[in-house]
Amino acid sequence: MRNILTICQKEIKSYFVSPIAYALMAIYAIVSGFFTYVAVGYFLDRSIGAAAGRGGPMDVNEWVIRPVIMNVGVISLFLIPMITMRLFAEEKRSGTIELLITSPIRDYEIVVGKWLGALAMYACILSLTALNLGVLFMFGSPDWRPVATGFLGMLLQGGCLLSIGAFLSNTTKNQIMAGAMTFGVSLLMWTFDWFTGFKSDAWAKVLAYLSLTAHFEPFSKGVIDSKDVIFYVSVIVLGLFLTTRSLESLRWRA
Amino acid sequence: MIKVEGISKRYPGHTAVDNISFEVEKGQIVGFLGPNGAGKTTTMRILTCFMPPTSGTANVAGFDVLENPLEVKRRIGYLPETPPLYPEMEVAEYLTFVGKLKGLSGDNLKKRVAEVSEKCNVADVSQKLVSKLSKGYKQRVGLAQAIIHNPDVLILDEPTSGLDPKQIHETRDLIKGLAGEHTIILSTHILPEVEQICERVVIISSGKLVATDTMESLKNRMHGSAVIGVTVETPSESGLVQEKLERVAGVSRVILKETLEGGFAFEVESLQGRRVQADLARAVVEAGWNLTELRPVSLSLEEVFLQLTATEASA
Repeated sequence: MRNILTICQKEIKSYFVSPIAYALMAIYAIVSGFFTYVAVGYFLDRSIGAAAGRGGPMDVNEWVIRPVIMNVGVISLFLIPMITMRLFAEEKRSGTIELLITSPIRDYEIVVGKWLGALAMYACILSLTALNLGVLFMFGSPDWRPVATGFLGMLLQGGCLLSIGAFLSNTTKNQIMAGAMTFGVSLLMWTFDWFTGFKSDAWAKVLAYLSLTAHFEPFSKGVIDSKDVIFYVSVIVLGLFLTTRSLESLRWRA
Repeated sequence: MIKVEGISKRYPGHTAVDNISFEVEKGQIVGFLGPNGAGKTTTMRILTCFMPPTSGTANVAGFDVLENPLEVKRRIGYLPETPPLYPEMEVAEYLTFVGKLKGLSGDNLKKRVAEVSEKCNVADVSQKLVSKLSKGYKQRVGLAQAIIHNPDVLILDEPTSGLDPKQIHETRDLIKGLAGEHTIILSTHILPEVEQICERVVIISSGKLVATDTMESLKNRMHGSAVIGVTVETPSESGLVQEKLERVAGVSRVILKETLEGGFAFEVESLQGRRVQADLARAVVEAGWNLTELRPVSLSLEEVFLQLTATEASA
């Protein structure tokens, strides 16, 4: 456990002493701020209609918070590759991986430590959305529970893509390659359920099950379904397991 | 302290290390010598548990590298060819991080960071970023991280490569200073380095062990015959002098090395076990020439090395 924390601390520090953390947070702040602004704008437009007696009852949760949380899910597809691409690729290129592997720590401690560090970085980015939504709480009284489940969902989905990204970063010395592969896999997993639109055979069902959207949506509505949690946790565990294995295999191939 | 038994490392299509065995005793400094690509780094990586051997076993400080890698890693300090540094860390911060990885904590960790910074002369840059350091400093920080947990065994892969002569000198002194407390294996392809630092030498060439011996006996072993440098001042022709020297009892070969102003320099090889200095001197003086120099020429390690690796290649 101590070793995991040592590695995790080092990862968090290395994000924040380099421009990576600030650049990602700034980009995210602008993009997610814009999305939130647009959602609030639509809401205001509708509320004028509602005042004139048209449309249904107004619901901040349904019309602002849920779209914002779904948008964060999409933005994370772009951000996560940039968080994970350096995780192993950088250490392999600079040779520092040799220090980690010849230190008296276990492979899984390296992997879990790095993943936790990346997750902490991602959580810092998400905290900006918490600020955005906080404004809504200042001027209105939305239900806080779907917001909480939404954040849980974002963390789980993020953790899952981060563990896939960590694995892909361990397969190459080249950060751009690692980032590109992670982006491709993330985007595919986000859109897998499109397949079910015109097909309903076994493959379509498998792909639909692997779709991140399908598992993410319930969280944004305030629903914590155990099958979604189990899906995310098992992908995280699988990703970390594969990363550990590929770290071990580095020795046989090196 | 280190016992290597028949380790090999094979890749599809080529063998990096082929059945190497050697032993290193506690407190020794051993030079690991070989041309580039001979398998030095591979052997070191096997000893540090970075990669496993394809066959054979290695034992470090009583633990097997395959069965007990964690225990081996606890007892080894390793400096790879490029020091494994994080450019974005400060020196003290980096050493603290490595110390934690090696299992140190609390006051002991702080004490060790201060001690190794002092020992490796990096205390004055402890608040500097690693990326801002000169190459010599980086190498010393690399050494500092290798000894932070006071390991029994130190493995240094080409610790002086890429340094300027002054830095090389400093690094060598530092390594010599570490001997005694630690058992050290250092690899190099710079021969004088081994002559200066090491007590024993292990020579490998294209993956195979060529020789393992102490410096002294290795040199003696290569002395099939003794070589003597003779410089003669004479108005005569070189052929005449050479003939005269060849006629001295016990001399096997005379080679003209250099023609000087008013004289010649020769290298005289004698038969094994014969001392011919006195007879040579007498022969020169009796011929009426002046003997200006008479000295034993010892075979440099470079020649030993070339002879050993060359015979290996032709075999």
